[in-house]
Amino acid sequence: MSKVLLEIQGLRKQYGIVEVLKGVDCTMQEGEVISIIGSSGSGKTTMLRCINMLEEFQGGHIRLEGEEIGYEHSGSSRRRKSEKDIARQRALTGMAFQQFNLFPHMTAAQNVMLGLVKVKKMARDAARTVAEKWLDRVGLASRADHYPGQLSGGQQQRVAIARAIAMSPRLMLFDEVTSALDPELVGEVLQVIKGLAADGMSMLLVTHEMRFAYEVSSRVIFMNQGVICEEGDPKEMFVAPKTERLAEFLKTSSFN
Amino acid sequence: MGYTLNFAAVWRSFDQLLEGLLLSLGLAFVSILIGAAIGLLVAFALISKSGWIKRPAAAYVTVIRNLPILVLVLFAYFALPQMGVRLGKIESFIAVLSIYSGAYLAEVFRAGLLSIPKGLTEAGLAIGLTPLQIRVSIIAPLMFRNVLPSLSSTVISLFKDTSLAAAIAVPELTFEARKINVESFRVIETWIVASGLYVVTCSVLAALMRVAERRLAVPR
Amino acid sequence: MMDFSAFLDQIWIARFAILKGLGITISISALSIVVGSLLGVLVGLSLVYGNRALRFVVRVYTDFIRGTPVLVLVLASYYVLSTIGIELGPFQAGVLALAIFCSSHVGEIVRGGLQAIPQGQTEAAKAIGLTFRQTFAYVLWPQALRQFLPAWVNTAAEMVKASTLLSVIGVAELLLRTQEIISRNFMSLQFYFFAGFLYFVINYSIERFGKYVERKTAVPA
Repeated sequence: MSKVLLEIQGLRKQYGIVEVLKGVDCTMQEGEVISIIGSSGSGKTTMLRCINMLEEFQGGHIRLEGEEIGYEHSGSSRRRKSEKDIARQRALTGMAFQQFNLFPHMTAAQNVMLGLVKVKKMARDAARTVAEKWLDRVGLASRADHYPGQLSGGQQQRVAIARAIAMSPRLMLFDEVTSALDPELVGEVLQVIKGLAADGMSMLLVTHEMRFAYEVSSRVIFMNQGVICEEGDPKEMFVAPKTERLAEFLKTSSFN
Repeated sequence: MGYTLNFAAVWRSFDQLLEGLLLSLGLAFVSILIGAAIGLLVAFALISKSGWIKRPAAAYVTVIRNLPILVLVLFAYFALPQMGVRLGKIESFIAVLSIYSGAYLAEVFRAGLLSIPKGLTEAGLAIGLTPLQIRVSIIAPLMFRNVLPSLSSTVISLFKDTSLAAAIAVPELTFEARKINVESFRVIETWIVASGLYVVTCSVLAALMRVAERRLAVPR
Repeated sequence: MMDFSAFLDQIWIARFAILKGLGITISISALSIVVGSLLGVLVGLSLVYGNRALRFVVRVYTDFIRGTPVLVLVLASYYVLSTIGIELGPFQAGVLALAIFCSSHVGEIVRGGLQAIPQGQTEAAKAIGLTFRQTFAYVLWPQALRQFLPAWVNTAAEMVKASTLLSVIGVAELLLRTQEIISRNFMSLQFYFFAGFLYFVINYSIERFGKYVERKTAVPA
C-alpha cells in the first residue's frame, strides 16, 4: 500500500543558454531510498536542488504529496510562488549538503533548534529536547554544546543531518554528503544514513559511493547529460547495466 | 624660544575639556548607531541583484565618500534652513555624521556580507527560513563578527570626525580646547592635553573593540 | 528658472575667487601628498626594518598622529609653531599638519604592503644569493608597491577632503572662498552645493584613477 511521495515531470533547467536538465521524469513512492549516480555535470545535483527550490527551473512540474512545488500554474503561464509559500514547502524536505553548511556562530544544539524555533514556532525548551534527541540519534549527544569549529568533518555532517531530520521532513535530500570528508570519516556518516533508511525515511541521495548506493538503495537512477539514462534495482543495474553509458561509468567509478 | 611649559591654566579648565570629550563621545555614539542602521540597510541593498535597489545605494555611498565632511557640516547648518529645514547645532551635526558614517559603514558591512559562504543561506532556506529570517539570524550576526577588525578603525575615524562640530560652535573637545587656547595663551599645553585626550580615547576605543572581537569570536 | 540664472550670474561674478580657491585647494593637497608620502615611506621602512628603538619612536609618532583628529593637528600646528617662534603663515602651518597626517597614513600603508609579502620571498632571494639591498629593490619593493598603490591613490582623495580644514585657520582655499561668496550673495544652498560638486568631481576622478591603477598594477594571474 505505498503511495506516491514525489512526482517529477518534464523537469527542464537552463543556465543562460546551457541546458542542464533536459526533461527529467521520475516518480518516488513513500519509504523509497533512491540513489542518483552519474558523472559530474550530468545534472544530478541540480535536480536535487530544484526539488528544494534552491535552483529555479524553467519547465516541468515537481509535486510533493500532490502539491505543486515552487510555481503557480494557470493555463500556460507560470509564476513563482510567494517567498513564504516556498519557505513552507522547503521545510517539507530536508537537505544535507556536501559542505555541511553548519552555522558557525551557533552550537550543534542551536543549529538544530533554529528551524524548530523560527519555522515551527516551537518553544525553546521543547526545541532543545527535540534537538538533543536527534543529536543522540546521530551519536553526538555529548557534543550538543560544541561549536562547528570544534567538531570533526564527520561530526559536523552528522549535526547537519540531525538539523534537517529534526524538522520531520517528508523527504530527505542528500547532496554528496561524504565528498568533502576524509576517507576515515565517511563511514560514520553513511552509518547514520543507513539507520534512517532502516526507519523507513524517504530519501533521495546524490552520491559517488557506489558500494553504499548498492547496499542502501531500493532503486538507483543513472543520469547522463541532463536526462535519466537508466534506472532500476541496484542488484541488477550494477551487475548487468543495460546501457553502454552506464557500463562505461561503472567501469571508471570506484565500484567493483 | 624662552617658553616654559606651565600646565596650571590648562588643569584649571580641565573640567571643560572633559565635558567637551564627553560631548564628543556622545555625538559619536549616537551618530554611529544611526549610521550602523543606515549602513546595514544600504549594505544589503548594495549586494542586491536588482539594479533599482543597488544603484541608489551605490550612488549614496559614492557621493558621500567623495565629499569633505566639513562641507556637509556647514551645508546642513547654514544652507538647509534656506530650504525650511532648521535644526539645532547638535541635531544638525548628528544628522550629518549619521549619514556620513552610514556610507562608510555600508562599505565595511558589504565586504563582510560578501565573505559569508552562500551555502549558509542555502542551509537556512533548506530548513524553511525566509530570506529575512536568514538575514537576521545567520548573516547579520556572522557579518558583524567578520567585520569587527575593520569596524574598529572606521569607528575611531568617525569619533575623530566629531572634532568638526567645532566649526559650527558645538562645545565638544576641539571647540573647548580652542577656547582655552585663546583665553589662557597656554598654547602648547592646551594642544598637548587636548590631543592627548583624543589619543587616549582612541586607544581605549581600540582596546574595547579588541575585547569585543575576542568575546564574540566563534569558538574553534 | 530665475533663480538658476541668478545663480549662474553669481558664479560668473565670483569666477576668479572660485578658481583661486580651487588652485589653493589643489596646491595644499599636492604639497601635503608629496611631502607626506616621502616622510611616510621613511616611516613605513622604519616600522618594518628599523631597530627596536627606532621602531618604538616611530610607532609612538604614528599612533599619536592617528589618534588625533586632523582638525586638531591643523589648529595645533597653526597656534603652537608661532608660539615657539617658528613664524609660518596659515598656509605653511596647514600644509605641514596635513603632511604629517599623510605621513602616518602612508607609513601604515607601506608597512602593511611590505609585511603582506610572504617570508618565503626573502628566503628564495637569499637562496639565489641576493644581498638585502638587492632583495629589497628587485623582490620586495615591486611587490609591496603593487599592493599599496591603490590605497595610496585613495590617500590623495583623503588629503583633498582634509584640505577643507585649512579654511578654519583662514587659508583661502575653495571652501573659505565659497563661504566668502555666500556672505556677499546669501545663496548658501546653491554655493555649498556647487562647492560640494567641485570636491566630488576631484575626488571621484581620483577614485576612478585609483581603480585604474589597481587594474594596471595587478599581477597577471
